[in-house]
Amino acid sequence: MDFIKNNKLLVVSLIGLVVLFLFSVDKGLEASSNAIDNFKTVGMVLPPIFVLIGLLDVWVPKETMIKFMGKGSGIKGGLIAILLGAVGAGPLIVAFPIAALLIKKGAKLSYVFLFLGAWTSVKLPIFMFELANFGSKFTLIHVSSNLLIYLIGAIIIEVSLKSNDLTEIQEKAERFA
Amino acid sequence: MLDGILYVIVGILLMVSFFKDKKKTKKALMKAWKSLLKNIKLMIGMMILMGIIFVIISPDLIGNLFGQDSGLFGIMVGLVLGAVSFMPSFIAFPLGANLIENGAGYPQVAGFISSLMGVGIISLGMEIQYFGKKASILRNVFAVLASIVFVVIIGGVM
Repeated sequence: MDFIKNNKLLVVSLIGLVVLFLFSVDKGLEASSNAIDNFKTVGMVLPPIFVLIGLLDVWVPKETMIKFMGKGSGIKGGLIAILLGAVGAGPLIVAFPIAALLIKKGAKLSYVFLFLGAWTSVKLPIFMFELANFGSKFTLIHVSSNLLIYLIGAIIIEVSLKSNDLTEIQEKAERFA
Repeated sequence: MLDGILYVIVGILLMVSFFKDKKKTKKALMKAWKSLLKNIKLMIGMMILMGIIFVIISPDLIGNLFGQDSGLFGIMVGLVLGAVSFMPSFIAFPLGANLIENGAGYPQVAGFISSLMGVGIISLGMEIQYFGKKASILRNVFAVLASIVFVVIIGGVM
């Protein structure tokens, strides 16, 4: 029972896969091969992401993180958050463990959410592709409108969280980072 | 190719770290491994779920739903499909470019791409494990908002 409780997502996805197989073997096989493709894609970005997490954890003490991305870091902290998000690779779920580490090290929460916002709107490699295929107007509107809303959102999220929400987030961050 | 930049940056950092302090570097790699183990179970669950979703919401289906003159309906479809589907951006962006070539409108594709990248209904369960219910739901609400604003501006100027 504990296994199910601790691995809800894994259990739900495996049940989903079994149901799909019962519904249609072809569809089940298709989903399995998609899942393997996903492993390959995400597997490619996981090694550098987690090595980066390890290096950050060992080389950047809490005081330094607070100085650069903490409460008093000002615009500098926001810019670092955007830059970190922009050089990231992989889907948003890969950014979650990095965000957990930032929270654990004392980064301001609104900057952590700004980092997630940048991760979903200004990825450098994608940015190049977007420029080439959708044009500069489309790309600039995409990046600037998204970043602006994510910035406002990050501030509102931080303000609206109460102290018990903050404790919960801190505890969760300790668990994953 | 897309991950190349990250490999180069992390590779350089790792080398610098190694020359500065071997012990610390070893510690960092141990930490990286432990951290990977802590997160991998959630990731594996997500990958399987993504595989299932991709069968149901395939690029073909998306192409069919974004026909010419799909208008406001197309925009809504784009936003919703983006929110519930899950595909790597290096598939999504070429798909979007292809859709536009085949007559889909810019606002429809904009809504789909932005919502796909930022809104994660399927991954919400995973997100909550990291940031709690309130912050995760709020983040997704703002991602929806960001997508709508993007669509409205694109609709106005393109």
